[in-house]
Amino acid sequence: MSRANSKRLEFGGYIDRTQSLQFKFNGRDYVGFQGDTLASALMANGVNVLSRSFKYHRPRGIQNRGYADVTSLIQIAGINESPNILASVQPLYEGLEASSVNCWPSVSFDIGSIFGAFSPILPVGFYYKTFMWPNWHAFEPLIRRAAGFGKAPRRAPAGQFLSRFDHCDILVIGAGPAGLMAALTAAKSGARTMIVDEMTQPGGSLLYSKSELEGRFAIDWIARTVDELKSMDHVTCLWNSTAWGYQEGNMVCVSERAPIPEELISRNWKIWAKQVILATGAIERPIVFENNDVPGVMLCSAVMEAVQTYGVAPGTRAVLFTNNSSAYEILPYLRAADIELAAIVDTRSDVELDTVIGKDNSSVEVLLGASIQLVIRAGKRVKGVVVHAQDSSGKEKKGKIECDLVCVSGGWNPSVHLFSQSRGTLRYDDNIASFVPDQAVQATHCAGAITGEMSVAGCLKSAVNTGSKALSRIGIQAAPISIPEVSNGDHTDYQVDPFWSSTAGYKRVKAFVDFAGDVTVFDLKLAIQEGFDEIEHLKRYTTTGMGLDQGKTANVNAIGIIAFHLDCHPSEVGTTTFRPPYTPVEFGSIAGSQTGDVVLPYRHTPMTDWHRAHGAVMYEAGARWRRPGYYQMEGESMNEAINRECYAVRNHVGIYDGSPLGKFIIRGEDTEKLLNLIYTNSFSGLKPGQGKYGLMLNEEGLVFDDGVTFRIDDDQYLLSCSTGGAPAVERKLDKFINVECPELNVIITPVTSQWANATVCGPLARQMLQSTESDIDWSREVLPFMHVVEGIIAGMPVRVFRVSFTGELSYEINTPSRYGLKLWRYLIEVGQNWDICPVGSEANHVLRVEKGFLSLAHEVDGIVDPIDLGHGWMVSRNKNDFIGKRSMEIRRQSQPIRQELIGLLPKDSNQLISEGAPIAPEDKQALSEGFVSACVWSGVLERTIALGLLTDGRSRIGETVLAWDQGEPLSLEVTRPIFYDAEGIRLRM
Amino acid sequence: MLLIHCPWCGLRAETEFRCAGPVKPPRSEFIDKSDEAWLEYLYQADNRRGILEEYWCHEKGCGEWFKLRRDTATHEIMDGDTDS
Amino acid sequence: MRSDQRYSIFTLIGGAVRAHRNWKPAWRNPQPKKQYDVVIVGGGGHGLATAYYLAKNHGIHNVAVVERNWIGGGNSGRNTAVVRSNYLRDISIQFFDKSLQLYEGLSRELNYNIMLSQRSEVDVLLTTVSMRNMRRRALNMNRLGIEFQMLTPDQVRQRIPILAPMENCRLPILGGSVQERAGIARHDAIVWGYARGADSYGVDIIQNAEVTAIRRGEDGAVTAIETSRGRIKTNKLAIATGNENAAVASLVDLRLPLRCYNLQAFVSEPIKPVLDVVVNCPDLGVYLSHSDKGELVIGGATDAQQISFRKGGKFPMLEDTVSGLLELFPSFRRLKLMRQWGGALEFAQDGSPIVSATEVKGFYVSAGWWGGFKAIPAGGMTFAHLIARDEPHPLAAGYGMERFSTLNYLLEGGTTVPTD
Repeated sequence: MSRANSKRLEFGGYIDRTQSLQFKFNGRDYVGFQGDTLASALMANGVNVLSRSFKYHRPRGIQNRGYADVTSLIQIAGINESPNILASVQPLYEGLEASSVNCWPSVSFDIGSIFGAFSPILPVGFYYKTFMWPNWHAFEPLIRRAAGFGKAPRRAPAGQFLSRFDHCDILVIGAGPAGLMAALTAAKSGARTMIVDEMTQPGGSLLYSKSELEGRFAIDWIARTVDELKSMDHVTCLWNSTAWGYQEGNMVCVSERAPIPEELISRNWKIWAKQVILATGAIERPIVFENNDVPGVMLCSAVMEAVQTYGVAPGTRAVLFTNNSSAYEILPYLRAADIELAAIVDTRSDVELDTVIGKDNSSVEVLLGASIQLVIRAGKRVKGVVVHAQDSSGKEKKGKIECDLVCVSGGWNPSVHLFSQSRGTLRYDDNIASFVPDQAVQATHCAGAITGEMSVAGCLKSAVNTGSKALSRIGIQAAPISIPEVSNGDHTDYQVDPFWSSTAGYKRVKAFVDFAGDVTVFDLKLAIQEGFDEIEHLKRYTTTGMGLDQGKTANVNAIGIIAFHLDCHPSEVGTTTFRPPYTPVEFGSIAGSQTGDVVLPYRHTPMTDWHRAHGAVMYEAGARWRRPGYYQMEGESMNEAINRECYAVRNHVGIYDGSPLGKFIIRGEDTEKLLNLIYTNSFSGLKPGQGKYGLMLNEEGLVFDDGVTFRIDDDQYLLSCSTGGAPAVERKLDKFINVECPELNVIITPVTSQWANATVCGPLARQMLQSTESDIDWSREVLPFMHVVEGIIAGMPVRVFRVSFTGELSYEINTPSRYGLKLWRYLIEVGQNWDICPVGSEANHVLRVEKGFLSLAHEVDGIVDPIDLGHGWMVSRNKNDFIGKRSMEIRRQSQPIRQELIGLLPKDSNQLISEGAPIAPEDKQALSEGFVSACVWSGVLERTIALGLLTDGRSRIGETVLAWDQGEPLSLEVTRPIFYDAEGIRLRM
Repeated sequence: MLLIHCPWCGLRAETEFRCAGPVKPPRSEFIDKSDEAWLEYLYQADNRRGILEEYWCHEKGCGEWFKLRRDTATHEIMDGDTDS
Repeated sequence: MRSDQRYSIFTLIGGAVRAHRNWKPAWRNPQPKKQYDVVIVGGGGHGLATAYYLAKNHGIHNVAVVERNWIGGGNSGRNTAVVRSNYLRDISIQFFDKSLQLYEGLSRELNYNIMLSQRSEVDVLLTTVSMRNMRRRALNMNRLGIEFQMLTPDQVRQRIPILAPMENCRLPILGGSVQERAGIARHDAIVWGYARGADSYGVDIIQNAEVTAIRRGEDGAVTAIETSRGRIKTNKLAIATGNENAAVASLVDLRLPLRCYNLQAFVSEPIKPVLDVVVNCPDLGVYLSHSDKGELVIGGATDAQQISFRKGGKFPMLEDTVSGLLELFPSFRRLKLMRQWGGALEFAQDGSPIVSATEVKGFYVSAGWWGGFKAIPAGGMTFAHLIARDEPHPLAAGYGMERFSTLNYLLEGGTTVPTD
């Protein structure tokens, strides 16, 4: 604790020194201030190394600012544990606990750094050249352990995530000088304006600038402008919010961090903007030289921010290394922080020193036409640099300068990432030696440094112009606005000489191009030598630009270096496309509110609670419906329960919940015509009260669904379909009547969940129902098989269908859903005298297999037609047309012999065969001839029975075939696909 | 994500809609043509890079069906209902 | 294979001594010749593998692979690199298992590490429908002697310890299935490995050459192609262009029953190992693996509504996939998306690929390869066989175009029924 805030300046910074915050880093206690980031607090406390690098596990410290500082990666502990957080953007809070990533046992002594020692024999692409014996997988554990940064939390965070939509006229991204000014222009003109910025404080580069606007400090201007924006109701300001994805439709995704600290971790805004103004600024570019990653090498902007915003001196003796004029802005900051400037190394030789360094620095050594070749380190910190320069006679000389801080500026790269995401094209601008937006494709405009404009005054002006242009596109006249005067050190004549690297890469040195992925200039050169000279190949071979920052800091240098080696202009190298997200965004934020119950939501029938209370094991019944699988009684096995339920249906009475069955009401004068088109069989002449079973094909002539359709009255039909198929049937019918046959006068209304269905089945079903309090005549004469009546049971309105899926006398009693539970309870109560038994879908399955009734999910696997299923009799020969007719005929011309539905009796009558077992000859190479679609223990037959599809099956009745279960052949006899009451007497009772 | 103009409801989020494929000539014109013509109808996938006329349905809204023209290379919607 | 520059740990050590100045280009960058025995359009995995097997298996070395952009820039470089053979129908199982077998020997055959990691793929099954589908695959594969096993819920959890804990699992895991031989490979390495292999046999890889026209003789047979790098004569033209097949075929007035839909994938930031297998959850529409670099590589369902050629993901699909991911792994909520991409996938009418000659003499098509990464070796091998011998390879005999004129579909959808 004695070294607490040893690097903190006595004065300055926008931190609140009255509010100290305790925090822990790598297990040690530290103190920072309100307003610090974790990075600034660590810097103030003299912490030099924050993390270890990706490949070589080299020590890394603070290098850059904001989201560009990929080397300050840490892991945050706590109830909202998070890996891979950049310390440079993590606001400090009381009790924060963080640790370094990618190191073991500690960040100061990391075993993984041994990878650095092997690096001579592990050049770029070495993975492709070795580790082939015995196989790659054998090497993987070691390689995987070394890779990766933070650790995935073991449990879900305590905090929540949300997402929301919004719309606006003008969305401004970036709240630096250009963004604030553009937003003000839009807002004052009355446009619905949103402005977002990724940092917790708006202001961008102005936050650490010494420029004055309208004669006041820049931060005063920021505060006043933000106040003005916030005072308008039609303006929304989002800070600490990253615009991460520019989607099609001019929608921008913005992830707002910590809207409610601890509770709401982040909220994803999906903003449709009529016009978008990108004021995303520019990111300072590093320069490539040997050991340019050693802690103590920092971008000039990062040093300026440390001094101005956080009151921290990142070193005591500095060397400034630059190729451009902006770097000289750092001089007053160094002076203010009492950092001795040992030398200025400028790659340019024609610099007018008086104007750039001023009188105060006239004593500093300036080396023009010079470059830093190498950083010398002591331990894990810069100790000095080796500089190459030319003396006045043009002779190369080499010198060593001692320092503990290297301030670097390689120029500025406009943040064109969102523009590129929007599919806009980029153009290389020689004036700034970087890429700028070229052609916009969506309603996108650019203002400020993103366009290559590096002066504050220029940015403000460009913002007003761009704002007016964007407004005019949506028919809004821009209100007059005055542009603030900028004084004191605005950078009006930015000048840069491209300088990508101090080393061409012929020597194997650690001069990093991409800090996130540990890619060196040597790697790039070697890749080019091996023929990977297409930019995309190079990116993939070397992984340049594929690391944590997705090339934000690396790509332009990489392109410059490639251009050098290919002896071409950087514009000829091209760029890779920037893909979302701009900066990594939490998965929780993307999913937003779409978690928990709303992901694959279940559908429940009104009787669900009763089922659960009576031992039901709930199954998925298709289309997300939950239905009882079976009702398990105390001490009973699953099979015993199923057998008991089957016995009840075959011998007295059972009841099951058939509510999920798909149901549609069809009305209109062409309903009969429609039914004749969508079903293979004829529905002509169906009378009110009658019903018919139908098979539905798709246009390719393959079975799509089946179900019973009743004519309720003159005008109204009720079509039922399989539970799982209902959504697809709905879509198909809807498209058919709206697109394929719009001339049909019909209206289709899905009513599946409007009706609850309690189906009473079994030989005693009629007796039981006759004892209910009802106006319905249950007799065979009045309500025969395949008929429907409406009536009242115990005061509840019902519609009763005589349909049977069990092969027994059966009444499907439908009632509006609100009565479902009451009706169910009533029937159970009345049924006590007949030992009524609730029955689940397992028993239903057994009963339908005994009868050879179809189950879409079992027998129909997408390539069967009605004849395959033995339903050739249902294919009307009289109809000219029905969906699938033509295709079915064409298919059958070339393929008369097909797989057909058959029954199967296992030779061993106790043998159960797995559903799906293939039927195939002994020869393992031969193709299979079909499969077992269902196999059950039949209580009435006291043996196992099965259904299946078999090539030419119907003419092979009596043959023995082999079904392969777990690779073992089992013998089965082929039979007709019906095992019980073949004449259908029982269901017609 | 796109905003799509439903002729009944106005601009709505793409997720409320269902695209039901390219506009085809009427089915009824093919049912009594040759096998080749029928197969042509069945398979003719207008699998084109560029502007395609399609059926859309405001499925999670008012249920309205309409046609629109969309660029398959950019997903941009050129205009709204071409019928109404 | 012959190669003037072998790759091994010894040549790497040798390289270290010479500052790696010894390494030569992995393949040449030749000027196109006037005439080739076979021209393959499309320098993706399938096209390059076809060229390699034409040379290696059939002795046809005078072959050009013509690529519009740079090799491997289409779906070969945009997929999630999963290899497996757990299909439903015999034909598919045998084809895809052959492909997996070829993958198993490929690093050594090509002398190029394709980083095949047979870490197994575990299907996490939440519905009876997917249980039934996977069980049927397992039973059929086991008969054919190919390993694929069902798992109990406990076994699924043993293999994927970071799944949502049982007590707060809203969607109960009914079971799972596993193919131990399944896994991932490095997608770029497949492309580069085949390119280097084909090149070493004398195949010319011609990049930045777009096909603008196809010339035909009086009998209608192919005679030459026009490209942005000039005319190239050939009597055998084979196309394997990913999602451009319909467009290229239209140059010879062929209509292929193909449609392109958007599919996307994304990766997380690099994290330390948490997942040792490939996980697939068909019910939630998400699958993922943990790459050697530490990124979780995640894929979702195809947006099979809108025909799309756009490179780039669709946001609603990303939302759905991520929400499915978090349902399986709630502890991933604070992990971050690092890179998202998308592309067009080409589907034939029945979802199975097309490896076929056509009614245009000398014009061959390899198409419909959605999920085609895992098929690259067998796809290339069987396509080369077809081109060289003018008869289909037995393994790909079911992938002929004639199935569309007789409507004999090879439907792989399992128990799902195609809609629309």
